[in-house]
Amino acid sequence: MTPHSDVLVIGGGNAALCAALTARQAGATVTVLEHAPRECRGGNSRHTRNFRCAHDAPTDVLTDAYPEEEFLADLNRVTKGEGDPVLSRLLITRSTGCPAWMKQFGARFQSSLRGTLHLGRTNVFFLGGGKALMNTYYAAAERAGVRVEYDAEVIGLDIADGTFQSAQVRMGDRTQTVTARAVVIAAGGYEANIEWLREAWGDAADNFIIRGTPFNTGTLLRLMLDAGAEPIGDPTQCHAVAVDARAPRFDGGIVTRLDSVPFGIVVNKDGVRFYDEGEDAWPKRYAIWGRLVAAQPDQIAFSVVDAKVTGSFMPSVFPPVVAGTIHELAAKLELPADTLETAVATFNQAVRPGTFDRATLDDCRTEGLTPPKSHWAQRIDTPPFWGYPLRPGITFTYLGLKVDDAARVVMADGRMAANIYAAGEIMAGNILRQGYIAGIGMTIGTVFGRIAGEGASQHVGG
Amino acid sequence: MSGASVLDRGEFVMTVCNSCRYCEQYCPVFPAMERRTSFAAGDLAYLANLCHNCGECLYACQYAPPHEFGINVPKTLAEIRVRSYESYCWPGALGAAFRHHSVSTALGLVAVFAAVLLGAGWVAHGEGLWRATAGDFYSVVPHDVMVGLFGSVGAFVLLAFGVGLRRFWREVHSDSVPPSPTAARRALGDLLTMRHLHTTGVDCTSGVETRRPWRRWFHHCTFYGFMLCFASTSVAAIYDGVFGWIAPYGYASLPVVLGTVGGLGLLVGPVGLLAVRRTRDPELGDAGQTGMDESFIVLLLVTSATGIALLLLRNQPAMGTLLMVHLGAVLALFVTLPYGKFVHGLYRTAALLKYASESEAEE
Repeated sequence: MTPHSDVLVIGGGNAALCAALTARQAGATVTVLEHAPRECRGGNSRHTRNFRCAHDAPTDVLTDAYPEEEFLADLNRVTKGEGDPVLSRLLITRSTGCPAWMKQFGARFQSSLRGTLHLGRTNVFFLGGGKALMNTYYAAAERAGVRVEYDAEVIGLDIADGTFQSAQVRMGDRTQTVTARAVVIAAGGYEANIEWLREAWGDAADNFIIRGTPFNTGTLLRLMLDAGAEPIGDPTQCHAVAVDARAPRFDGGIVTRLDSVPFGIVVNKDGVRFYDEGEDAWPKRYAIWGRLVAAQPDQIAFSVVDAKVTGSFMPSVFPPVVAGTIHELAAKLELPADTLETAVATFNQAVRPGTFDRATLDDCRTEGLTPPKSHWAQRIDTPPFWGYPLRPGITFTYLGLKVDDAARVVMADGRMAANIYAAGEIMAGNILRQGYIAGIGMTIGTVFGRIAGEGASQHVGG
Repeated sequence: MSGASVLDRGEFVMTVCNSCRYCEQYCPVFPAMERRTSFAAGDLAYLANLCHNCGECLYACQYAPPHEFGINVPKTLAEIRVRSYESYCWPGALGAAFRHHSVSTALGLVAVFAAVLLGAGWVAHGEGLWRATAGDFYSVVPHDVMVGLFGSVGAFVLLAFGVGLRRFWREVHSDSVPPSPTAARRALGDLLTMRHLHTTGVDCTSGVETRRPWRRWFHHCTFYGFMLCFASTSVAAIYDGVFGWIAPYGYASLPVVLGTVGGLGLLVGPVGLLAVRRTRDPELGDAGQTGMDESFIVLLLVTSATGIALLLLRNQPAMGTLLMVHLGAVLALFVTLPYGKFVHGLYRTAALLKYASESEAEE
């Protein structure tokens, strides 16, 4: 490969490609280093489906209006206002122009009037999902003359006084030094690095399932922090949901999620309940269940429902464990039968009469039970009984690199890096210190990928 | 894979798809899948025959190989599709033919039929076969023999189609309500435009990053070419049976014009389809079906090529020989219609009708 390009982009997901396409359009020569092989390219973006987008009037892909103020309020609600206010505002303002920008490269969207999910007002859905979008971007990058290297793992960075000089890149069995006049780091988080997760979670991390790519090992984040970049975000936090324990260790994506939790009870491996399964609407609560399960012995839990509600939730990819009695279900799930029977009996006795309605916070609740079940509490008494094993499924990590409003990396001494930009999950912590709202990850990747691409190309042009 | 494991695989693939649903706006396979929570043989046969075997959902799939789920919807549905052809086929014993076709069996069949016809012609006419009367086909093969032979083959083929379709329909359409005229119109429109190869407004992928209209256009040439040839034969039958106008007809006559245009379509279409197959991603299909696919395309091609040659040379001494070869090709095409790729059109039509009917009920 050529020893020199104007802009080096490290990473191969949404933010990386948005940066590469932007820099190339501005006239820079661009090289993209993707750690994954071609067929696994795209980082966690391959598992995404939509992005959140402010707009003042209906468009071909968005209904109604989603004003910037409302978007900001939604964001601040989940982050408790901890995100950088300037960057949050910038994100939302720049989200507006994204669909049109994306379309010039051939990106396609679902029509807003059809589909399973009813987020057509706030979120734009990629036709075919994130991997289809990544295919489109890679094809556009190829047409535009962006050089893409697959199986190219960055293992070292030469940074002197806040200035990027070169990257050490392992490609197959050889290691090369790749120089560039500016670098965009869009290499994701470290959720696939179990060793790193153990620092915050201890041995429990060994039982975590990684919902996304195994290539998000956090090497670039570590290299940058070692080179004196300023960290941002809580290293002890990650976004984790409860997934089916039978999910693949990596890359299980969307299909391993389980939506049965609010319709039954959840017990740990001792057959004991530990949290209010009906606390709030599932989309608002599913992201706390990863941490709840992680706190249980052996990081495992079991969702138990009866025949009355089996049609109430989205089908799951793994078949339920089915039994005619709670005793038999306990045996099949390898739970102590007496404690599970006690848990179900105690729960059933505490259920008060109500009118079940899965679409609202209904009045079906328990009384005198600890922990309570606040909604959708119905007696578990109608066979067959279904059980699903649950494990914590890590979506992403929050620790990242602090950046300014040009996506430039801030060094720990307070100075700005001269030619180092960051985009995507690796800097999402500037905006998202906790929580998540659907589609915000892809918005951050697209907006800050473009800003980083603009900054890097301006740097090399000037 | 055995029949049972193909269906097990199909059930797993559709279960993964049903909990993902990212592909739901690509084509009817996915909305139809979402209307179901379990995937029995009939459901899978329906979904398989709705699939037009483009590549969008494979290239978009986060669970495609090398993912351990190994999801490849176009390939899995292709495997189920050929299984459905076999299981609805009548008489059932001939179902084995779907997996044993090849271009050589197709050409062999043409050769055998042509040889038998030439032999019969030799017995009937001796040396006269090589000196056929200008343009008079019936001097070579008597009118009643032609009508008797193709009439009986045609009747058998229609019977086989009818039984197969009835078996398919019974399995996929369990409720007794027949589709409405609106649903039928919608299905017909989908069929005639091949709408689902360009549902989203642009053509579907035919490789990971390529969108080309050629497969659809060559299929149109083939389909409409076939229909025009069929129309030509039907008009000729009316001329003959109703008006007593005996072939050959003039170059400007309706049967000849329809047959010529149709024949050209049947030349361009199959050649194009064979060419497109060379550049298609092999991951999209079931390699075991190459023989079935290509033998049908080649039979169409041989039929149209010999038919056009016959038209051009009908006043030449070679007419007798050419006629026998052409009739041999037509016969080979016809007897294999119910046991080859042609049936995809029947089951596709029925599946589109079912889909239109279901969608209407949902709306």
